Amino acid sequence: MTFVNHYPKAARIVKANLIVAFVALSIGGFFGLIQALHRTDVFRGFVSSVGYYDVLTGHGVLLALVFTTFFITGLYQWGVTRTLEREPESSTFSWSWFVMMLVGTTMTATAILGGLVPGSGLSAAVLYTFYPPLQAHPLFYIGAALLIVGSWLAGADWFWTYRKWRADNPDARIPLQTYMVIFTWLMWYLCSLGVALEVVVLLIPWSLGIVEKIDPLLPRTLFWYFGHAVVYFWLLPAYFVWYTILPKLSGGRLFSDPLARIVFIFFLLLSTPIGYHHQYADPGISLVYKMWALIMTLVILLPSLMTAFTVISSMEHGARQRGGSGYFAWMGALPWGQPAFVGCALAGIMFAAGGFSGMINASLNIDMLVHNTAWIPGHFHLTVGTATALTFMAITYWLLPQLTGKEIKFKNLALAQPYTWFIGMTLMSNALHRQGLAGVPRRVSEPQYAGIDYEVPFGTMAEMDWQVAIGGTILFVSLVLFITVIGGTWWKGAPATDVDDVIPPALSGPEHSPKILDNLTLWMGVAVVLVLIAYSLPLAEMVMDGLFSPGAFPAPM
Amino acid sequence: MHVHRFEKLWIGLSLLLIAAFIGIVLFGFTVMNLKVPGVETGETVDPATVLSEGPFAQPGVRKVSDNHYEVYMLAQQFLFRPGSTQPLTLPAETKVTFHMTSPDVMHGFEVPGSGLNATVIPGQIATFSTRFPEAKTYGIICHQYCGSAHHNMQGEIEVVPPSEFDESNLISQ
Repeated sequence: MTFVNHYPKAARIVKANLIVAFVALSIGGFFGLIQALHRTDVFRGFVSSVGYYDVLTGHGVLLALVFTTFFITGLYQWGVTRTLEREPESSTFSWSWFVMMLVGTTMTATAILGGLVPGSGLSAAVLYTFYPPLQAHPLFYIGAALLIVGSWLAGADWFWTYRKWRADNPDARIPLQTYMVIFTWLMWYLCSLGVALEVVVLLIPWSLGIVEKIDPLLPRTLFWYFGHAVVYFWLLPAYFVWYTILPKLSGGRLFSDPLARIVFIFFLLLSTPIGYHHQYADPGISLVYKMWALIMTLVILLPSLMTAFTVISSMEHGARQRGGSGYFAWMGALPWGQPAFVGCALAGIMFAAGGFSGMINASLNIDMLVHNTAWIPGHFHLTVGTATALTFMAITYWLLPQLTGKEIKFKNLALAQPYTWFIGMTLMSNALHRQGLAGVPRRVSEPQYAGIDYEVPFGTMAEMDWQVAIGGTILFVSLVLFITVIGGTWWKGAPATDVDDVIPPALSGPEHSPKILDNLTLWMGVAVVLVLIAYSLPLAEMVMDGLFSPGAFPAPM
Repeated sequence: MHVHRFEKLWIGLSLLLIAAFIGIVLFGFTVMNLKVPGVETGETVDPATVLSEGPFAQPGVRKVSDNHYEVYMLAQQFLFRPGSTQPLTLPAETKVTFHMTSPDVMHGFEVPGSGLNATVIPGQIATFSTRFPEAKTYGIICHQYCGSAHHNMQGEIEVVPPSEFDESNLISQ
C-alpha cells in the first residue's frame, strides 16, 4: 500500500502534471541539442539562423516555464496530500486548474512552433523574456496568462486543503513539506503578479492592436520583478526534495526542521525585491535601486549557504548510519548506486558551482564583464538546468513507484542517467562560462563575427565550442535515457511489492521552535513591505508619464 | 530552539563572506570608479521622432572639452550608427561619454575586451563613460536579441593615439 492506494484522486492529478512536464522536457531538450550544435557551427542543418530564434524561444518557454511549473504542481500536490493526509477537496476544481494550465501551454506552444511552419500565420520568436517592442502572436501572451492563473488556482486548491486540515488540527505545527509548499506559493503569488500585470494589462491589448505603442522599459521591469523570483520558484521545490527526501535517501534524517523553515521565510522575503539585478546595464533605473538590489541579492546567499550546511550534514548523518567514518571517507558510504540519491547529490554539487558564478552576476560592476554573454546560460544551466532539472528527474525515480504502484524499469539506465547529465553539463557549462569571459554573447545563432577576435583568457575558442557541442549531445543522450526509464516503467513496469515511501522525522523537530515561524500573515506582510520599498517609486516614475509612453511601435517576430 | 555550534560558525562565516562581496563591489564603485549605466538626467526620448529631432538626429562624436568627447550613437535594426558602416574613431587616454538610444526595439552594446556593456532601450538614453587605455581596434556586438538578423549586428571602434585623432569629422554643437 502506497500513495496511489491511499490517495487515488491525488495520484491521478500528480501523474497528469508529470506527463505534461516530461513531454515539455523532451521537446525543449531536443531544441537544446539543436542550439548547442548550431551556435558552435558544428551542425546547422536543423534550422536556419533565423529559425534558431523560434527554437530558442521554444527551449526557454517549454523548459523554464512549462516543464518546471507542471513538475512543481505535481510534486507539491503529492507533498500536500501526503503530509496533510487528505485527498483534494474537489476533484473538479483540481482538474480545472490542470486543464487551464494545459490549454494555456498549448496556445503558447502553438504560437511558438507555428514560427517554424511557413505560411502558418503564427510566430512568437520573442524568446522566453518576450521584451516588447518585439511582438508575438496574441496566442502566445494569452496562453502564458492562462498558465500563470492556472498555477494560482493550484495554490488555492492546496490552501483549501490546508484550511480544512487546520480546522481539524488547530494546534498542530504545519508539516514541513506543506510548510514549504505554502511559502513557495506565497512567494509565487507575490512575484507572478508582476508578469500577470505585464501580460494582461500591457501586452495582450497591445498584441491585439487595441493600443498601438508600448513603453519598453515598464514591461521589462515588470518582467524582472517576476523574473528573478521565478528562479526561486524553480529552486525551492528542489530544496523541498533536498531537505525532506534526500536525507532519507542518504540513509539518515533531516538535521534540523526549524532551520529549514527559516530558510524558506528568507526566500519569501528576499526573492522578489531584487529583480533589478537583471537590469544593472539598463538606463532609466536609478543607481540607488541597483545598489539596494545588490545588497539584498547578496544577503539571499545566506539561506542557500544554510541549505548547503543542512543538506551536507544530513547526508553525513546518513552515511555514518550506513557505517561510514572519517573526516571525508564517509562520503564513500553514501548510496552511489541508487539513481534517486545520485541525481540529487550531483545536482547539489553543481548548484554550488552555479551559486559561485551567480555571485559574480550579482556583483553590480563586476557583472558588466559578463552581462548578456555566454557566461549567463553557463550559470543558469547549473542552477535551473541541473539543480532543478536533475533533482526533478532523480526524484521521479523514487516517486513513480508510489504514484503508479510499479517497479522502476531499466535500473541500470536510470543509474547511468544522472552521471551522464553531470558529465555533459560539466563540459557544456565550463565552456559557456569561459566563452562569456571572452565576450561571446548569449542568445545569438551565429556568435562568430567577421573581424572580431575574442581574447580567450585560457583555452581556445575551438576547444570550448567542441565542449559545448559534445556536452549538449551527452545531455540529450541523458534525457533519452530518462524518458526511456520513465516510459518503460509507466507502460511495462512490474507491479511493485514493497514501495519505499517512508520519510523519517527530523533529528531536531519543529516542537521546540518558536510558533512565529508558522505565522503566514506576518511573513507575507513583511514580504509585501519589502517589495513596496524596492518597487513603488521606480514603477510610479515609469507609469506617471503615461502607461504606454514613451511609446515604441511593435516589431512583429 | 537548538542551533548546532558548527551551524552557528557556518552562519557567521557566511555573513562575513556576504559582507566581503558587498565591500568589494563598493570599493570598485567608489575607488576604482567602475560604474554602471543608471539614470543620468531622467530624460526620455520619443522613439517615433528620435531620428529627426534632437542630438540623435545627427549621431556621431562631439567635443566637450580638450580632454572629453561624447558619442551620440543609435542602435537600430541591425546597425550601430556610427560604428557599423564605418568604424567609430576615438582617441586613446581620453574621457569618452556614450549616449545611446534606439528608434525601434531593444539592443545591446558590448565591446569585448573593454568591459563596456549596456542595454539600449527605446525611449531611454543609456549614458556611460570610459577611457580607452591604448590605441587598438575593438569590435561592437549587439548582445540583446533584436530580431531576425540580430547575429549580423556588429560594429567597430578604432582607438587611435590622441595626437592622431582627426577632429575634422566631429559633429559641431
